[in-house]
Amino acid sequence: MIRIPCPHCDARNSTEFRHVGEAAARPDPSTATPERWRAYLYERANPAGWTSETWFHTMGCRRYITVERHTVTNEIRSARPAGGTRAEPAAALSARGDAGSPDAGGQA
Amino acid sequence: MTQTPLSVVGRRARSLRSARRGPARYSAFDLLRRGALGRDWPRSFTQPELKGSYDAVVIGAGVHGLATAYYLAANHGMTNVAVLDKAYIGGGGSGRNTAIVRSNYLTPEGVRFYDRSVKLYENLAVDLNFNVMFSQRGHLTLAHNDSSLRTMRWRAEVNKLQGIDSEVIGPEHISRLVPYLDVSAEARYPVLGALYHPPGGTIRHDAVNWGYARAADHLGVHIHQYTEVTAIHVEADRVTGVSTNRGDIAAPVVVNCTAGWASTVCDLAGVRLPLITHPLQAAVTEPVKVFLEAVVVSGSLHVYVSQTDRGELVFGASVDPYPSYSMRGSLEFTEELAGHVLELMPSIAKLRVLRQWAGLCDMTPDYSPIMGVTPVDGFLVDVGWGTYGYKAGPVAGEAMAELVATGKTPEIISAFDLARFAEGRLVGEKGAAAVGH
Repeated sequence: MIRIPCPHCDARNSTEFRHVGEAAARPDPSTATPERWRAYLYERANPAGWTSETWFHTMGCRRYITVERHTVTNEIRSARPAGGTRAEPAAALSARGDAGSPDAGGQA
Repeated sequence: MTQTPLSVVGRRARSLRSARRGPARYSAFDLLRRGALGRDWPRSFTQPELKGSYDAVVIGAGVHGLATAYYLAANHGMTNVAVLDKAYIGGGGSGRNTAIVRSNYLTPEGVRFYDRSVKLYENLAVDLNFNVMFSQRGHLTLAHNDSSLRTMRWRAEVNKLQGIDSEVIGPEHISRLVPYLDVSAEARYPVLGALYHPPGGTIRHDAVNWGYARAADHLGVHIHQYTEVTAIHVEADRVTGVSTNRGDIAAPVVVNCTAGWASTVCDLAGVRLPLITHPLQAAVTEPVKVFLEAVVVSGSLHVYVSQTDRGELVFGASVDPYPSYSMRGSLEFTEELAGHVLELMPSIAKLRVLRQWAGLCDMTPDYSPIMGVTPVDGFLVDVGWGTYGYKAGPVAGEAMAELVATGKTPEIISAFDLARFAEGRLVGEKGAAAVGH
C-alpha cells in the first residue's frame, strides 16, 4: 500500500485516489498536426525512476494533485495541488509538515 | 571373464559423450538407459563467451526473445545470434504469468495471430524435444450481465469465422464443466452464460522458456544471462550495436523483447513508445485434490482461476491501478482477489493462499502488441505485451525471426506496427484481452 501525502487531506492510502496519468503538456489543437496530437494522446515517457504525475483524490477532497513518485520503489517525495506554478519539492514537503489545518500545504 | 561394474561403464560412456559435443535427446528410453547406467544428464545449455559482434542481438531472454532466436536459427539458418538478459532466463513476465493459452480474441487480426500461437504450442514439445506440459483443458469466460453476454456472442462469431472452436454456453453446461461454481440466481454476480473455448488451457511456462533456450543453444545461438544492455548505438538513424556491462557488441539488427521494461530499453535508442508499465499480481493456494479442470475467467470480477497439476489453485487479477516497476505484492490485492474468487466459488473459503507475486505488464492503448520496425533502422520491437504476452510467445518469435531474416514484415503481424498509433489504426482488443475493464 502506498500512502499519498495529499496537500489538502494529509497522508491517505492510495486506494482513495485515482491515478490520472503522467503530466503532459497539451498541444494547441488548432495548430497541432494529427501525428503531434496522437503522440500527445498515446506516447508516454513511462520511466523507471522519478516521475511527475496527476492523481485525483476520489474519496477525499476530490481535487487534482501533482505527485512526484519513484516508479521502482513507489517512494513519494512531493505532492502539491495540480496546476499553477511548479513548487520546489522541498517547499511542498515542508508545507505538508504543517498538519492540523485541512488546507495546510494548499499554498505550496 | 571379469564383470565390469556399471559405474565404470557409465564413466567410460561419459567421457565418450563429452568428446563428441551434441545435445542429449530426451526420451523414455534415454531416461531408462541413464538410470540403469548411472549417467548424469548434460547441461541443458552452454555458457559461451561474449563475442564482439553478432548478426543480430535480441534483448530479453524471456519466451519472446528466446523464441525469436530459436526460429532465426531453425527456420532461417541465422545462428550468429545473441540473446542478452540483465538477469536470468525467464525471470521476467515469462516466469510470472498465469500460463494460460487461448485464441478466442475479438478482432480478426488478433484471432488469426493467437491461433497460430496455439497451433505452435500444440507441437512445441515435439519440436523442442522438451515436455512443455501443454494441457488443453478448456477455457471459460463468464458473463455476469447482458452486455458481457453480448460481447461473448460477438467474440464467438468472430472466432468461428476464423475456424476457432468457440461457443456461448448456458449455466447448466457451465456447472457440468465447473462443479463448484456458484451458478445460482441468488449469486451477487449471477452467471448468465460463458464463452467456451475447448482448445484453451494452461502450459508450464518455465518449461517453454528452458525448451526454447536449450533448442536455440543447440543450434548455435549464444544466450548471455546477467548481461545488461547499457546503451544502444545509433548512427544516422541506423542501429550499429549495443554496450553491455560485459562489453560492446556490434550488430546490424537489435530486437527489443523486454515487455515490462520495453520503454527503458527503447529510450536507449531514442524511440518513444505508447506504453504504460503496470504490475499485475497473481497468487497460488496450498495444493488440494484436483477438482477444477477448466480455466475459469470472470471479466466483471477481474479474476481468473485454474488448477495446476500439483493441485494448487492459480489466481490472476487485473493490473494494479497505477503504473509502477515495483514487483512487491500488496494486501489490498489479496483482499480483493479473495473476495472475488469466493463470489465465484464459495466452497473454497477455507483454502489458504500460499504465495503471491507480481509481474510487469507494458500496456498499450488498444490492448494489442507492438511488433515490427521503428524509426531507427535495424532496431525492431516486439513489445506492448501487456497481459497477453505468454500465449503469443511462439508466433511472435516466428514472425520476428522472419522480419529479421527477410527484412519484410510478415502479414500476420502487419496490423500490430508502431506506426498505427500515429496513423490512427488501433486494433481494439480490450474486450477480449484483459479482465480489468
